[in-house]
Amino acid sequence: MEQKAPIVEIQHVSKSYRRGSQVVPVLQDISFNIEEGEFLALMGPSGSGKSTLLNLIAGIDKVDTGNIFVDGVDITGLVETELANWRANHVGFVFQFYNLIPVLTAFENVELPLLLTRLTRKERREHVETALAAVNLSHRLTHYPAQLSGGEQQRVAIARAIVTDPTILVADEPTGDLDRKSAEEIMDLMDGLNRELGKTIIMVTHDPRAAQKAHVMRHLDKGVLNDVRSQNPV
Amino acid sequence: MYVLKILFKNALRHKLRTTLTVVGITIAILAFGLLRTVITTWYMGVEASAANRLWTRNSVSLIFPLPIAYKDKIRQVEGVKSVSHATWFGGIYIDEKNFFAQFAVEPKTYMEAFSEYYTPPEQKAALLRDRKGAVAGRKLAQRYGWKIGDTIILKGTIYPGNWEFVLRGIYEGTRKDADETVFFFHWDYLNETLKKTSPGREDLVGSFIVITKSPDIVADVAQRIDSLFKNSLAETLTETEKAFVLGFISMSDTIITAIELVSFVVIAIILAVVANTMAMTARERIGEYAILKTLGFGWFKIGGLIFGESMIITMMGCAFGIGLTFPIADAFGEAMGQYFPAFNVTLETIYMDIAASILVGLLAAIIPSWHAITTPVADGLRRIG
Repeated sequence: MEQKAPIVEIQHVSKSYRRGSQVVPVLQDISFNIEEGEFLALMGPSGSGKSTLLNLIAGIDKVDTGNIFVDGVDITGLVETELANWRANHVGFVFQFYNLIPVLTAFENVELPLLLTRLTRKERREHVETALAAVNLSHRLTHYPAQLSGGEQQRVAIARAIVTDPTILVADEPTGDLDRKSAEEIMDLMDGLNRELGKTIIMVTHDPRAAQKAHVMRHLDKGVLNDVRSQNPV
Repeated sequence: MYVLKILFKNALRHKLRTTLTVVGITIAILAFGLLRTVITTWYMGVEASAANRLWTRNSVSLIFPLPIAYKDKIRQVEGVKSVSHATWFGGIYIDEKNFFAQFAVEPKTYMEAFSEYYTPPEQKAALLRDRKGAVAGRKLAQRYGWKIGDTIILKGTIYPGNWEFVLRGIYEGTRKDADETVFFFHWDYLNETLKKTSPGREDLVGSFIVITKSPDIVADVAQRIDSLFKNSLAETLTETEKAFVLGFISMSDTIITAIELVSFVVIAIILAVVANTMAMTARERIGEYAILKTLGFGWFKIGGLIFGESMIITMMGCAFGIGLTFPIADAFGEAMGQYFPAFNVTLETIYMDIAASILVGLLAAIIPSWHAITTPVADGLRRIG
């Protein structure tokens, strides 16, 4: 099988947190690559450092040592303002608790990231409608988050994550707050985004059923990467 | 437009809290506006003073009179166009609480000197014919329901006895800031009576009002008048009307300073209230700001959302406060007419209301914005769920 170029290169990344006078290591010398179009599941017990690693890849937290390259850019060398611009253009984020803005409709929530672009109002509308159609929510444009089910809210969050056509899509426990049926729908949706649109997806999950959809699973334990298993060839 | 929509939606997210904050700002702006209007009204006489009008009084104190004989001497001073005089009467109308300014004057010259008081010609003629005649300002006559021909009795305090006057005229101000609460009558009536009842107090007046030929020569004319009476038994102090009025105001300096201080304290208190509202808002939404940062919103946009929301809340309160200031100032002016001859909200007061609101809106958002901007994204996200 042809080896694709890595879209994410993680090189000797370490990260620790300070709790009072104690320094708690979270990630220790992590190195691996993620290929373009890969669907990666990061698994591990609570406190293993998987969410921290996801945050580092998404540029919302800083490494202590090491480098992370995304699409050739060393994001560890960017300052906060540059990182904000970089995230706007390259990362789509899906959270466990959806994290939609409650006073905005589904349409407005999805439109939010587009406000940072130079698109006209008409172009924004087209993008939002396309993204919401991709998650089968064209009929819920004017609904507020409180008027949607958990599964629907997560689909709106996915639409918000893909509306800017980001380089990578990162998801932190995207099914963690959903019932089984909704969780399956969300995973089918993410699988579709990966297979049909070629989106590179990095997902943190506890749920083995969710991880089944990924091509690659990596296991973290106590901040150390200790297992790699290919499931489905890309 | 979209951003404004978000700001309004955010501002109205906690309706009760926002409503109470807006009500607080409304009351504060209203109070600030009324207090500033009180100060403006206090200084109204200064603004209304004529540039070519001089006041000559006893150099020792305003309460010491000057001989009426000075009038002719002053009239002969170079640069003087005309001379009138006014003497504070200080009578009580029915009850002590019914306070208003009363002057014994030389009506013909007095009405010429104060051209901003308009009295219809026939009323003016009637006043000049009747030695017991008097003229009242429109607001004063309105307050007590006086009509032309009414008999008005004042109980003298400086000049004992019951003094009877017949209302012969009602004047109106030709300018908005003209005082329409003054009562004046013939000095001759006072003087003739004093000759009979209090010998030794006659032929004295409170102050002379000097009209100069040009506003440019007031300083020279004042100096000439005072030089004329130097080393006499009653030396004079001549000053411009503006300085004369400011002299009066300086007597109540402490009160004005206190009012000014209170007006700024009101703004400081509302600043604390708005700052508290914004701090609570930012603390509750720290997770949302983290989400926005994740989406790529930079510090400027996050700060803009908080500053914008703060400005919307304060400007809503400001608009309501200004809207209420006018009718309440009118009612206040009616109720306190005896102390404030013209209680008008000036444009300058409105500008100060707006400036104070903008300042409150901006200052209240500084700390919450700083907190939202400096909280790391990962920390903010941890506070959700």
